[in-house]
Amino acid sequence: MISAQRIASPFAALRLAAAATLLLAALLAVSPGPARAEGSAWDDIRQQLFGSEREILPAEGVIALEAPYRALDAATVPITVTARIPQTEARYIRSLTLVVDDNPAPIVGTFHFSPANGIASISTRVRVNAYTNIRAIAETNDGKLHMAAAYVKAAGGCSAPASGDQELALARIGQMRLKQLGSWRQNEVSEAQFMVSHPNYSGFQQDQVSQLWIPAHYVRRIELTLGGREILSFDGDISISENPSFRFFVKPQGSELLRARVVDSEDKVFEQSWPVEVEPSS
Amino acid sequence: MAGLLLPAAASLTPAAAALPFREVAEGIFVRFGLHEEVTAENCGAIANVGFIVGAESVAVVDTGTTRQQGEALREAVAAVTDRPISHVVATHVHFDHCFGHSAFADLPVRFVGHRNLPRALAERADFYTKLLSETCPGFAGTVVVPPNETVDDVTEVDLGGRPLRLQAWPTAHTNTDLTVFDARTGTLWAGDLIFDGRLPTLDGSLLGWLQVLDGLLTADVRRVIPGHGAVSDGRAAVAAERRYLEALRDGVRQALADDLDIPATLARLGKEDLQQWQVVENVHGRNIVSAYTELEWE
Repeated sequence: MISAQRIASPFAALRLAAAATLLLAALLAVSPGPARAEGSAWDDIRQQLFGSEREILPAEGVIALEAPYRALDAATVPITVTARIPQTEARYIRSLTLVVDDNPAPIVGTFHFSPANGIASISTRVRVNAYTNIRAIAETNDGKLHMAAAYVKAAGGCSAPASGDQELALARIGQMRLKQLGSWRQNEVSEAQFMVSHPNYSGFQQDQVSQLWIPAHYVRRIELTLGGREILSFDGDISISENPSFRFFVKPQGSELLRARVVDSEDKVFEQSWPVEVEPSS
Repeated sequence: MAGLLLPAAASLTPAAAALPFREVAEGIFVRFGLHEEVTAENCGAIANVGFIVGAESVAVVDTGTTRQQGEALREAVAAVTDRPISHVVATHVHFDHCFGHSAFADLPVRFVGHRNLPRALAERADFYTKLLSETCPGFAGTVVVPPNETVDDVTEVDLGGRPLRLQAWPTAHTNTDLTVFDARTGTLWAGDLIFDGRLPTLDGSLLGWLQVLDGLLTADVRRVIPGHGAVSDGRAAVAAERRYLEALRDGVRQALADDLDIPATLARLGKEDLQQWQVVENVHGRNIVSAYTELEWE
């Protein structure tokens, strides 16, 4: 397990205003582009994640990374990583790490997959605090690393307010939802969306204006099982957007129980389960 | 139309801080904001700010984005009356409404805001400050002034024969919305709960905002000063705003029912006809994302 680690103090003074983001968006063009030349931030992050010895191969043929054409809301930047290989016992993507180079906490987190997923694609939402490279690094079961990257212009995501309504966010903390997308068939690759309500506060320093101190408070681990089989786990940090949401794939074996266990940075544990509806295989 | 009240843009660019104040009702003066993005030239003078004069004192309602704009407001008060300023009210956390407060920091005034305002400012002040410092030279010298008095629900302020009702609302445009009602003229200073002409920006709760709109224009409200746009009786402005917010709600709900993700929802709803609104660029898309992340938890 890779623990997400802070390179700098957590989003100092952070959580920026959504309205600011939109006023900003007009001022600061937000656009995608090819990854820029490697910088020192990535060198440090790479060292921390994988050490200096391991080779990182290009992603072609293994994964593709999609970032939005324009990140309208820097606090909610949708990211999709599409696997180009199926998950088979012989060859599969074991883990996928997301990195936003220039965020205060650049390692968004790591997803762990298994052959039970059928396909190791994932969609989620991240905070983006600067003009930065976003990276997805897949580790295949042979231990090889494959990296895709995209350059995104956005500003202030980590400073964005977690919620327009903090009371509601706290009242709803730990609630979860599972959505079966499309109809699920036995032993066929099926898509799900998992959501957990959590403010995922990035935290901010004691503020001279108010003397308030809000510590970081975020989801650090999510484990999903289906019929007792591990289907997805995630180790994360404050760069995941408020109310973490994942779309992922799974091969259901029947009308099984999908269980979720979520642990946050205060070691609060939230658990829920849902029976999934599965049609006979086609 | 908001545009009718605005001087020609060309005459504004030299010094947005010096935009004129107009008396919109007896003893109520407003500097109308520009329907523009924030630029180096306008330095955030995009919202309506002004003051209400009572028999004994003056209440300032919103102060603009910069200390300079706040100073212009202070000079406008001095040009109208010798009475002291007793209150400086923030209608919500956004910088175009309350970052001019520092022009009044040397006065013994009550800085009044919604009970959520101290925290909201703490969360956002540094970010706004950095942004505005980079954007406009005229922001130099501006510091954020938090409220020294907060409103939980409703409170009354008397300027001398001129009672004002200050009401803190549940989360709507933001989680810090506060309105000022002047009973003498039936004028509701609505802040950004009402946008006229400029596309509403959603930074709180879409459903909450629609609910607040239900109770905003009580029978005693004869005149509305919106956060952006022209003074009117408010009915048409609220109806137009409601139409936009309801269409946003319905469109996003349908997208969620169709299992669309955020990019697909933006693609479906981003092209709506918004010709009646100004400063639409990026705002509508941001509103869609905001509505999506709210309504997916309905």
